[in-house]
Amino acid sequence: MFGTTLVLALRSIRRHLLRSFLTILGIVIGVGAVVTMVTLGKATTAAVQQQISALGTNVLQVRPGQGFGRGGGGPRPPEFDQADVEAIANQVAGVTAVAPQASTTATAIYEGANWSTSINGTTSAFLTVQPWPLSAGRYWTAAEQEAGKAVCLIGNTVRQNLYRGGDAVGTRMRLGNISCDVIGTLSKRGQGGFGDQDDVVVMPIKAVQRRFTGSRDIRLMLVGVDSAYSTDTVQAQIADLLRQRRRITDGKDDDFNIFDTAQIRDTLTGTTTLLTRIVAAVAGISLVVGGIGIMNIMLVSVTERTREIGIRLAIGAVAREVLLQFLVEAVALSCLGGIIGLILAQGVILALVPLMQVPWTFDPQINLIAFAISAVIGVVFGYFPARRAAALNPIDALRHE
Amino acid sequence: MTGTLMADPLIRLRDVTKVYGSGATQFQALKGVDLDIKAGDFVAVMGPSGSGKSTTMNILGCLDVPSAGEFLFRGHHIERLDRDQRALLRRRYLGFVFQGFNLLSRTSALENVELPLLYRGDDKRARREAAMGALEKVGLDRWWDHTPAELSGGQQQRVAIARAIVTSPDVLLADEPTGNLDSERSVEIMELLTDLNRTNGITVLMVTHEPDMAAFARTVVHFKDGLVERIEARHRQGQAVEA
Ligand SMILES: Nc1ncnc2c1ncn2[C@@H]1O[C@H](COP(=O)(O)OP(=O)(O)OP(=O)(O)O)[C@@H](O)[C@H]1O
Ligand SMILES: [Mg+2]
Repeated sequence: MFGTTLVLALRSIRRHLLRSFLTILGIVIGVGAVVTMVTLGKATTAAVQQQISALGTNVLQVRPGQGFGRGGGGPRPPEFDQADVEAIANQVAGVTAVAPQASTTATAIYEGANWSTSINGTTSAFLTVQPWPLSAGRYWTAAEQEAGKAVCLIGNTVRQNLYRGGDAVGTRMRLGNISCDVIGTLSKRGQGGFGDQDDVVVMPIKAVQRRFTGSRDIRLMLVGVDSAYSTDTVQAQIADLLRQRRRITDGKDDDFNIFDTAQIRDTLTGTTTLLTRIVAAVAGISLVVGGIGIMNIMLVSVTERTREIGIRLAIGAVAREVLLQFLVEAVALSCLGGIIGLILAQGVILALVPLMQVPWTFDPQINLIAFAISAVIGVVFGYFPARRAAALNPIDALRHE
Repeated sequence: MTGTLMADPLIRLRDVTKVYGSGATQFQALKGVDLDIKAGDFVAVMGPSGSGKSTTMNILGCLDVPSAGEFLFRGHHIERLDRDQRALLRRRYLGFVFQGFNLLSRTSALENVELPLLYRGDDKRARREAAMGALEKVGLDRWWDHTPAELSGGQQQRVAIARAIVTSPDVLLADEPTGNLDSERSVEIMELLTDLNRTNGITVLMVTHEPDMAAFARTVVHFKDGLVERIEARHRQGQAVEA
């Protein structure tokens, strides 16, 4: 009995190739879109989180000025200096290290190759606050740091562009107007929402101050916070200390800002999660559209189908048998479409992942949900018109216009 | 063929009525039809349009149910059967031929003829053999792989007849089988039905408007206004029939 039904269903699919193809197409598009979009959305979220965790957890960024992009109006607030760095490091409880930063840009030249990059002057505290392993070479010594020696660690992008991926440690390259010994290469961190993090040369801050910026100003302090302490408390204490040191009277606003990277992470994660949801909603709509497509095809063919059902009933088929045939047909088409959709989605994901620079992920849940929904749509719209037709008298089904 | 007493008719209708619709649009198509049909008979049903011929045929073919009255087939009360039982009855004992052929489109003649056997559960070989036999009977064995769109009207009707007789039914019901055909094709179909009646002993019931076609029958039943007006028993087939 079931074998017969399968034969009938497969014959029907073969005979109505266009109808079958359109049905499958609707499901393929629905499943493919949902799986692709949701998977890529999740991959993007994962990539952003990975980027942010590279900033280090429990890190406070302290800058002069009232906040990002708050320019103009009144005198420029003073920059920090080494004394501020030491005061925070020594006087605030829960601070593990304070890394000052002085940045500039310069062109690096090595054996005819040149590359414009950013220079980050800091101290070894930088590596305590934001651990960054070396792929080769060594960090600078305390003596080199004190003396402001022209030694540097280079990021992966700089290494790729100046050394074509070759050995850089031990060489001497030109950096702006000075020459500089490369003592180590930094491991790859990757691309992210903050641009290429590997496009950097890291040097002792004194070298940068003396030879590039020409001042002792510090534009940014990275403060590491012991995980046993609350970042809010530490942040408040730093603020108090800096107000005192900068002689800000009560009632006046801070002329510096303290930024919690955990806050950035939360914000960005929230944004990408929201984006994923929006994308999923769009994909869901395409699933619905695919479903409506299937429904239309089924409804258009309902007259033809009703007559066919009438013929089958008239020659002695029991309604149940006819229905089973249509059910098997709908299930077969839906499953076929679903599987093609899943495969297609994997293909598109594999093609897009390197372009979008996000990690490849496979989420069984979304695959399953998309498949199930589309299969249900296919079965419902393939089966229910048939059920209505099979409930008719054979003679009424035959007369159906 | 005739399992019961010879005196018992194969089919018996008693005071059968059929009401279409309900309320204000209600229409009584049959007003109390009494009719006996003997096994092996060749019956032509005639009458003006709207007199209830098709309605009666659909009831006899178990495609529709009477509103009231008795319908006995081989002494069994058919009006008491449910949908599925009627379907099984159609599958076993009845073959139906429609004016509009009603073949499955995009399906070869052979597969169309095979269809009733599929539902009966015959295996592939048996299906092929029986279907080819039926096609041979209607003279279309060479056309077995053609779809209805590739066949003429007369050929399509012959495929439909092959499909109706492939299960070796007791009764072949045909509602205006020649209604869509020219007179030459019509005569071919009538000769085919006569042959099935004579050599295979199939009881044939056929609706027609044309006296020329009715002339092939042994009994002519005249309908009028939802009732059997008169029954004409004929001594010799081929003898002229009045409309
Ligand atoms: N499904 C239906 N719903 C409502 N009325 C119907 C239906 N089928 C038939 N009738 C009515 O019942 C009456 C008898 O119809 P029937 O089809 O039996 O006539 P007929 O004798 O076969 O006529 P014709 O020679 O034109 O085929 C007609 O008046 C028709 O309008
Ligand atoms: Mg009629």
